[in-house]
Amino acid sequence: MNERANLLLELADDELILGWRDSEWTGIAPFLEEDVAFSSIAQNEIGHARALYELAARDLGTDADSLAFDRAPEDYRCTPLVELRRLEWARTIARHWLYETADAIRLEALKASGDPEVAGLAAKMDREEIYHRMHAEMWVERLLATDEGRGRLEEAVHELWPYALGVLDDGLRPGFEAIVRERLPFELPDVEPVPRGRHEVELEGLLEEMTMVRRSAPAGAQW
Amino acid sequence: MQLTEQRVWEALAEIPDPEIPVISVVDLGVVKDVAVKGLRVRIEFTPTFMGCPALETMRSQMEERIRELGAEAQVEVVMDDSWSTDRITPEGREKLREAGFAPPAPRAAGAPTLVQLQSKAFRCPYCGSTETRLDNIFGPTPCRSVRYCESCRQPFEQFKTI
Repeated sequence: MNERANLLLELADDELILGWRDSEWTGIAPFLEEDVAFSSIAQNEIGHARALYELAARDLGTDADSLAFDRAPEDYRCTPLVELRRLEWARTIARHWLYETADAIRLEALKASGDPEVAGLAAKMDREEIYHRMHAEMWVERLLATDEGRGRLEEAVHELWPYALGVLDDGLRPGFEAIVRERLPFELPDVEPVPRGRHEVELEGLLEEMTMVRRSAPAGAQW
Repeated sequence: MQLTEQRVWEALAEIPDPEIPVISVVDLGVVKDVAVKGLRVRIEFTPTFMGCPALETMRSQMEERIRELGAEAQVEVVMDDSWSTDRITPEGREKLREAGFAPPAPRAAGAPTLVQLQSKAFRCPYCGSTETRLDNIFGPTPCRSVRYCESCRQPFEQFKTI
């Protein structure tokens, strides 16, 4: 597989799996505004995944749905941070903020890519991602404003920190680490990143659920 | 009668946005370019929000409208950075406002910021007051936020600037 297809699949898998996790708040978020927010964010992320898969599919001679739904679990290239299933608010916000912070750095690098298709798509995605970042930042601010919120956020970020460090490659990671340490008012340890390619146990359950309709109607489901 | 680009633009201007039917796909700025060669029409379509389910409908309606003109459409989706809310026409913005959707703020000053969204720079489409506050960055569709007007005490939908 060429380098570009590989990069596109990493990005697409991150956005698809995180979009799926975000959608798990639909109907059960702590209040209505967040129900709407996470559903909308999920819709955006899955929209990004689709465009990325379409571009990768052209390079690989297949189609977007096959890439999204028909691969074996071990062939997904997403970062383990997005696979985690944590239906707990502080962890959801911590992951959201850590991912969006890393993603912003990655998009900035891709916007400067010499490949006009990749650069164009990254710039288009970034227009929407700005709103995800604002939402995440607003919540970090809100949690840091009280002792209880701060304590919960700190605990959640500590738990997710090795995962967060695994989102970006060695070249981009130091920039990410510096931004996080600068923004958060608590110490974070020096730890090894959880690498891409490793998978969390809960990915399997997600894929099982996500591909259920497609597997049950191989000829194509009609609505 | 020979099919002209002008005629194609006019035909496309009759296609309503599937979710906000007060404005057309041309008002929305998603038609980037039209080229006519005999009875073949090539349309460059630059989508709005990438996860918007209305995009497929727009695309098939454009194809159908061109078929009605006796020609064949080739709609090319351009997934680059060419669409922004600044592409919505002045007429489109006015139609949005009349329908109760606050049109997007111009992007001129660069990317939007949280400070901006939390400021009083947004005008209520019902009473015109700028005494409005951000209620939710996200709304019923990807393109909208929800604001509340302190003056006429009415929640309203604000188009996101992207």
